[in-house]
Amino acid sequence: MTLVERLRGVFVQALDLGQDVEVEKLEYRGVDAWDSVGHMTLVAAVEDEFDVQLDTDQVIDMSSFKVAADMLKNLGVPEH
Amino acid sequence: MTTAAERPDAGTGPDGPGKGSATAPSSSSRQEGADVFGLDQPAREAALLPELADLTERHRDGCPEYDRILTALGVPRPAAASAISDLPWLPVRLFKEHELRSVPAEEVFRVLTSSGTTGAAVSRIHLDRESAAAQTRQLSRTLRAVLGSRRMPMLLVDSAATVRGRTSFSARGAGVLGMANFGRDHVYVLDEDDRPDPAAVAEFLRRHGDAPFLVFGFTFMVWRYLYEIARDHRFDLSNGVLVHSGGWKRLADRAVDNAEFRRRFAEDTGLRRIHNYYGMVEQIGTVFLEGPSGGSLYCPDFADVVVREPGTWREQPVGRPGVIEVVSTLPRSYPGHVLLTEDVGVVHGVDDGDWPGKRFSVTGRLPRAEARGCGDTFSGPRNTGPAGGRR
Repeated sequence: MTLVERLRGVFVQALDLGQDVEVEKLEYRGVDAWDSVGHMTLVAAVEDEFDVQLDTDQVIDMSSFKVAADMLKNLGVPEH
Repeated sequence: MTTAAERPDAGTGPDGPGKGSATAPSSSSRQEGADVFGLDQPAREAALLPELADLTERHRDGCPEYDRILTALGVPRPAAASAISDLPWLPVRLFKEHELRSVPAEEVFRVLTSSGTTGAAVSRIHLDRESAAAQTRQLSRTLRAVLGSRRMPMLLVDSAATVRGRTSFSARGAGVLGMANFGRDHVYVLDEDDRPDPAAVAEFLRRHGDAPFLVFGFTFMVWRYLYEIARDHRFDLSNGVLVHSGGWKRLADRAVDNAEFRRRFAEDTGLRRIHNYYGMVEQIGTVFLEGPSGGSLYCPDFADVVVREPGTWREQPVGRPGVIEVVSTLPRSYPGHVLLTEDVGVVHGVDDGDWPGKRFSVTGRLPRAEARGCGDTFSGPRNTGPAGGRR
């Protein structure tokens, strides 16, 4: 699985997203589930899946699916 | 009481070193606080005054109500200010009575409301995307001075139920959630029914207690729940870093003030790294943080305080209590950069503490009538003075 596919799975599961949601275009507060409570769940799920530890600024900056994907690439997670 | 509540907002992309090495968070020395607690008072005045004066003009352009208020008070454009204390201030309660924003409605990204007693009016603070991002970033930068950038395991002195009630979202829940970004592996000290859960704390300490961990809660809850169970169960909190806020009023009947709080935590639990902070939703993102040696709050480099004598509204000298004015360059989408609070406090010293700038304490709230008077006094023509005791 590619990084983006894995990340899509994390988002869907952590935020309990329906099939109609365009996950890769999702932004913070773009769906009800991605509020600040959902954000904590999401961050923990991302850290578990990719075995990374995000620092405070990364948690704060993770404001969209795209930002999260880029952040993981920058942390050295392989894209494929 | 109002408390800064943080959420992740419009961000700018990844930065930072990523996966942290297993280092302890920065010990809060002067050196490490220097990123955001670095300006001495003359440098602070020089840096902030032009920016604040520009903000006053910007808000007069963008917020007709604000401009009308300053015009009614005879404040010229541009305002003549040779010191931060010369800048025109707004009583904080005006945000309860008026919709004050300096950006068009369609640019408003989030509206924050203050906590308040039931039935009381709440402040409504309008943030555009840029302000929302800036306040989150600056809060993070401020707390980094004492927490470091690595997220520590975190004990929240509250219940999961408080933050989970999404529909009936409380200000307390918002405050807890905002701080949750600074930690990981969150454990709540209270159970679902708001009862202390010593077993949860014991388990947290078993897993995380031998390395630095973060504790956050509102002051009275930290005392009422964490201190008492830690003392009774002989918990070792010596690796903890406690950040707390909310004021001492609810602890007054237990005769606990800041010094006693620190002393008892240190003696009975080993917890010594304790940082109180003072902030309000009307100046979201700006927190005044207690320094490492305790007892004084310090201003981050983008902020300042002025303590004023009630009635004359002149700046009080060091050591004389008065009404606290909070000053910050963060509010750009609403005219909240210079606010007269309804809190009483005292400046203890300038450029003589853990970090440079003014150091101060908050000692209480203005009596209701006097708080009301601040607004009346400020409103100019209808002024009946602050001591009228009217309701």
